Amino acid sequence: MTRLKLAPAAPGARILGLGSVQPDNVVTNDDLAQRMDTDDQWIRDRVGIQSRRIADADTKLVDLAAAAGELAVKDAGLTPTDVDTVIVASCTMPNPIPNAAAQTAYKIGMSAPAAFDLNAACAGFCYAMGTAADLVRAGSSRHVLVIGAEKLSDWLDWDDRSTAIIFADAAGATVVGPAVDEDAIGIGPVAWGSAGDMANAIEIRDDQGRSRAGGGLYQEGQAVFRWATTQVAPVALRAVELAGLTPADIDVFVPHQANLRIVEAVARRLQKKGARQDMVVADDIVHSGNTSSASIPMALDHLRAAGRTRSGDVVLLVGFGAGLSYAAQVVVLP
Amino acid sequence: MADNAEILQGLSEIVEEVAGIETTEVTADKTFVDDLDIDSLSMVEIAVQAEDKFGVKIPDDQLAELKTVGDAVDYIAKHQ
Repeated sequence: MTRLKLAPAAPGARILGLGSVQPDNVVTNDDLAQRMDTDDQWIRDRVGIQSRRIADADTKLVDLAAAAGELAVKDAGLTPTDVDTVIVASCTMPNPIPNAAAQTAYKIGMSAPAAFDLNAACAGFCYAMGTAADLVRAGSSRHVLVIGAEKLSDWLDWDDRSTAIIFADAAGATVVGPAVDEDAIGIGPVAWGSAGDMANAIEIRDDQGRSRAGGGLYQEGQAVFRWATTQVAPVALRAVELAGLTPADIDVFVPHQANLRIVEAVARRLQKKGARQDMVVADDIVHSGNTSSASIPMALDHLRAAGRTRSGDVVLLVGFGAGLSYAAQVVVLP
Repeated sequence: MADNAEILQGLSEIVEEVAGIETTEVTADKTFVDDLDIDSLSMVEIAVQAEDKFGVKIPDDQLAELKTVGDAVDYIAKHQ
């Protein structure tokens, strides 16, 4: 009987580095009020956003991805050639072929890494982190560059005041590598799933209301809000349980930055289930908008830069959005 | 099964938690939108908590019909 050899496995995985980038162009609520019927207070009340960054026409999604990826590799103390796998989580590539990951790897100067895109929309980063951690643990990869990159501005209907005020452009990245022993494991098991029965709740529609490219991003705001405020907390709590922790162990909560009111509602639910009142809750949406798969790694990077987190902090991540898709895991900050 | 007074009390506590409006302000004759200045997203949060508390279902299309606090109390009483 032929027996196949497997790659040597690692005890687990951990985050080695972080990085993020945003376009320079700041768009305030007042800027938006000049082109559509809205105002600063209305936007702040409904979604909690004060300003967002929108890329110019010449900046490509892969430019943002490569810039964030490069920073994360450097932060990990590695060189690009140390990375053997690149996953780009994205739902806003201008064209499905070619993918973003191979171009991004080439731009950063990596030598022929495995490279693929992953589309789970706003849950994409957590899906990719779960995948990366398992690749490392199985020995398929040693260092995985996980990038969430979005240029949502390419897919917005700039006359639709219900979506144009929310979404923005950015990229955030982490490097995932092996844990030397069980004590060094820094990425817990992923809790993930989907709700395809609500596929039409967030979609790209054309001007006839048909689900297809060539239109703008549409979402049933109230239905999505209800889903997010009720279904996300249980997924996050499941990730805590899978990691063998309790809600009180969580130092930092970084949910996808969909809407500040969803962030706050989910945090309140966690606190009712035992999460601490002094748990740091990411509020990066205020000056970044909703950047889909980029929002979680960018929030992690910004919290660190602001001195609101420390190395060793236990962080609960949860992504949720179009699909509908959702995923959560507990990580330890490098 | 809660009676109407108990539902009003429970609902006013939810409204206080979600929207920061004192329970004494939340009376049956008040409208959510115009009198209490509660927006559609807060209404969803209130509905979700009321569903948990009273064991009812308040779908979004029904929620839109509940104009006053009294409408909500009656709906919950009828469907619990």
